[in-house]
Amino acid sequence: MVQPLNRLKESASQTAGPYVHIGLTPNFCEIGGVYPEDLGTKMVNDKTKGERITVIGRVIDGTGTPLKDALIEIWQADADGLHNSPSETRGTADPNFVGWGRSPGNMDTGEFVFETIKPGRVPFKDGRLMAPHISFWIVARGINIGLNTRMYFGDEEKANEEDPILARIEHRVRVPTLIAPRDGNTYRFDIHLQGEKETVFFDS
Amino acid sequence: MNHANMTNKGPETGAFFQRDREWHPQAFTPWYKTSVTRSPQRALLSMDNTLSEITGPTFGHNILGEHDNDLLINFAKPGETAIGPRIIVYGRVLDERGMPVPNVLVEFWQANAGGRYRHKKEGYVAALDPNFGGCGRTITDENGFYNFRTIQPGPYPWPNGVNDWRPAHIHFSVFGHGFAQRLITQMYFEGDPMIDLCPIVKTINDPEAIRGLTAALDMQATIPMDSRAYKFDIVLRGRRSTLFENRLEGN
Ligand SMILES: [Fe+2]
Repeated sequence: MVQPLNRLKESASQTAGPYVHIGLTPNFCEIGGVYPEDLGTKMVNDKTKGERITVIGRVIDGTGTPLKDALIEIWQADADGLHNSPSETRGTADPNFVGWGRSPGNMDTGEFVFETIKPGRVPFKDGRLMAPHISFWIVARGINIGLNTRMYFGDEEKANEEDPILARIEHRVRVPTLIAPRDGNTYRFDIHLQGEKETVFFDS
Repeated sequence: MNHANMTNKGPETGAFFQRDREWHPQAFTPWYKTSVTRSPQRALLSMDNTLSEITGPTFGHNILGEHDNDLLINFAKPGETAIGPRIIVYGRVLDERGMPVPNVLVEFWQANAGGRYRHKKEGYVAALDPNFGGCGRTITDENGFYNFRTIQPGPYPWPNGVNDWRPAHIHFSVFGHGFAQRLITQMYFEGDPMIDLCPIVKTINDPEAIRGLTAALDMQATIPMDSRAYKFDIVLRGRRSTLFENRLEGN
């Protein structure tokens, strides 16, 4: 016999269900007066540093139907590539940018919209710079464990080419599922849960 | 060298333990019908955490209103309370190393005592409670403890099989210190015979993992003549020490 490791197991995930908006964006679904506002709806203010951008997209199921009961969260670095987090040890991030957003999607179209800034580059473990990206986390009815993915920027071709995470995608035809094309200041990032265009999801 | 890591006091910067994907539900669970068209079918891209996953947002106690963790009154008219069995739910947010996870946001939502949600798309005939909204939130203290007061939710039928019912449950959303720890789960109640019948519970294979989501009735923490107590600990991914890992130059 050996000494036990005495580790606990992570609590098992369960679906967010059809009423996740009650818990996480109650004002959005007409439960007013409990919280002054829903968390994560406003990411930038007048003093936030960086290029203003809009990220728009939908979460689309295997039949091609956009989800209207999903909840999408994003997490990103500031314009200088620093995260507003105690675990960030390289410097102090922009105090006017939290870097986290949450969207319930549009009630009729399912489209999510994030008004944010373009993040700077963040180093990989070995010091190489990753391409600018935004981390996504998607939960909904029918999704048993939250899905993780990243959005990269269509106008960052060179950075994307040398990104160590994108480089690990074996089937190169799937790389474009993570790259959002730019139109003006708007990036469109549709997330496909299944099918030909299934988004690359991460186990990270 | 980040001194904080040496003393175990400051923020930690290590990567999180790999998720045990066999312990968690699989994506494709056809007896839970909605999962059929919403489950990714290709292999996930595995990667060790980068700074984007190791870091995560923090929430200050300043966002909390006085009654955010009291669902009995946070939606009720002045002087009134929600109807149903009064309970206190308390516990700790821990990580897989057994360490407390302090200062993290915990959000919860649930049906009322009749099993009815306050939501447009809800079709169950059970009555709405005018004094019950169904959402609450709190932030763990320095030892990872949280608590809130509510009513015990009722079981409810849902469109899946012809006669499927959810056991009484409370939904939980939990942040850790890194975005990779983000978790949504559900809490069930000790002794509920509906747990073993539920297609959503059955997305989990290991009975031990289901026990881990089942809150224990705690008569010691119960307030006599007032509210029963249920204990529900939540475990998030643990993280590695960074002491012997390669560091970026200058760190
Ligand atoms: Fe529910």
